[in-house]
Amino acid sequence: MKDVSFGQYYPIDSYVHRLDPRLKLLFLIVYIVCIFLANNFAALGVCAAVLIVTVIFSRVPIGKVFRAVRGVIVLIMITAVLNLFFYTGEGEPLWEWGILAIYREGIFFSVFLILRILLLVVCSSLLTYTTTPVALTDGIESLLTPLKWIKFPVHELALIMSIALRMIPALTEETERIKNAQKARGADFESGNPVKRIKAFIPILIPLLLSALRRADELGDAMDSRCYMGGKKRTKYKKLRFSWRDLIAASVGAALLAGVIVMRIFLGGIL
Amino acid sequence: MRIVAEHLSYTYDASSPFAARALDDVSLTIEEGEFFGILGHTGSGKSTFVQHLNGLIRLPSSQKRYRPKKGQALPVLRVGEFDLADKKTDFKALRKRVGMVFQYPEYQLFAETVRDDVAFGLKNFAEKGKMPTEEARTEAVKSALEIVGLDYGEVADQSPFDLSGGQKRRVAIAGVIVTRPEVLILDEPAAGLDPLGKKEIMELLHRIHGDWCKTIVIVSHDMDEIAENCTRAAVFSEGKVVMCATPKEIFSDEARLSALGLDLPLVAKLCHALRARGISIDCDDKTEDFVRAVLSLKEGGA
Ligand SMILES: Nc1ncnc2c1ncn2[C@@H]1O[C@H](COP(=O)(O)OP(=O)(O)O)[C@@H](O)[C@H]1O
Ligand SMILES: [Mg+2]
Repeated sequence: MKDVSFGQYYPIDSYVHRLDPRLKLLFLIVYIVCIFLANNFAALGVCAAVLIVTVIFSRVPIGKVFRAVRGVIVLIMITAVLNLFFYTGEGEPLWEWGILAIYREGIFFSVFLILRILLLVVCSSLLTYTTTPVALTDGIESLLTPLKWIKFPVHELALIMSIALRMIPALTEETERIKNAQKARGADFESGNPVKRIKAFIPILIPLLLSALRRADELGDAMDSRCYMGGKKRTKYKKLRFSWRDLIAASVGAALLAGVIVMRIFLGGIL
Repeated sequence: MRIVAEHLSYTYDASSPFAARALDDVSLTIEEGEFFGILGHTGSGKSTFVQHLNGLIRLPSSQKRYRPKKGQALPVLRVGEFDLADKKTDFKALRKRVGMVFQYPEYQLFAETVRDDVAFGLKNFAEKGKMPTEEARTEAVKSALEIVGLDYGEVADQSPFDLSGGQKRRVAIAGVIVTRPEVLILDEPAAGLDPLGKKEIMELLHRIHGDWCKTIVIVSHDMDEIAENCTRAAVFSEGKVVMCATPKEIFSDEARLSALGLDLPLVAKLCHALRARGISIDCDDKTEDFVRAVLSLKEGGA
């Protein structure tokens, strides 16, 4: 598989891997709230510390974590630069040129923003590194259960999600194989003008589409032949269960949220 | 073109937790004119090996950012005059002369008509400014379809998706041989076909072998297919070549084969069974040869 940065589960065993997916999802939500509640460096520092400890406990290699950051580096740079030049602070600017000016506060604010985005990206990618797609959809389904009361098809939605996730690697492999087969017939995907390059993908897209449809058909038949029925009364192969680990992680989350709120009230300001 | 491979190793997704060693120090020579078989269990590295032969999988030393490491036996891979370990090799020119039919090749058909699909390679491999004329193309497509046993007038304007499974596969093969490659590699060409379909594929390979494509390499895990058709064969196991000889030699070592989890072809089984009853038979593991040997035994005995 070639660098599919989606559903990039990192298959090892660790404290974080064993956490209940529901708890991890809730933790992620709480954590994101914390990042946005934190309005000074001290609070953000605490958030960062919690994340660093989590990364260490997850035993996901640091290179992997940085790879996730690499994808958004351009976004981070643009945001930071815009903020740096257009933030108007009090007092004298440190540097000025036309409408562009750099203030002391501008620098702090940019750094603050970079940190926020970094934490955001790292914690969400940590979730996908430590949770299999199947566990993730199970968790989402379980968390969305209350919506069943308003007749929202939670189970069907979760099923669609897990089938889609399950098919990504299969279709990636298929793409690779078809691409190789057409390359063996002299197809060239790397040179020529943009129009030519897009046209060069037709010999890949058509077989790929056909294969996806065929797979969908086969899967549908297989499910039918085993009398699959969605909805109520289905039991799970893997039952989600909270354990002491989840209790610890939940306490950490609660403490973090409380701490950040306290710091917001008593420290205030960005510094 | 002669194919020489020495010390080939390959790992998929190296440096990830999914790393899978697919080839482990493979050395193999295939002479020009052979009908060569590659045998082995699923996952033994057969497909990985053959994808090296037309540069779909590149040797590390032929990639752009390559730094040689000291103290390593450098892998060698030569196909005719092409040195596949060299960055400067023209891989497109190589692919024109080494045709490759993937497993289930019917799944790569895409064009509106059989004619267009078969002509795909022809257009791709045409040299700059030397696109063959309409007539030349039609001529090439026609002869390719005919040698694989299809009627040009009947199928040329049909959609490839309307054909039967066996016909689709033959169209796919025609799409590869239409450029007249000197070496033709087929990955499990008969997989998933009924016995008659299998027989037809093998017959068409023999029609192609010689005038059309000098060398043929087939990957298979059907012992009978290898025994009946190949001049020589290599047995892969866990990424290594464990035997490389004529089918007769390979299938005479029953103990070794069963240790590798491989079966014997039917004819070899019959020979063994007869030998166990004290009737010595000397023949290649081909049905025709076996029949001849049995007949001569009968005449001698009578
Ligand atoms: N695209 C791929 N990505 C990762 N691993 C692969 C890939 N293709 C093959 N492998 C692995 O490499 C090994 C050899 O595979 P392959 O060459 O396809 O064997 P064969 O053709 O003999 O069945 C197997 O263990 C297989 O799982
Ligand atoms: Mg294979």
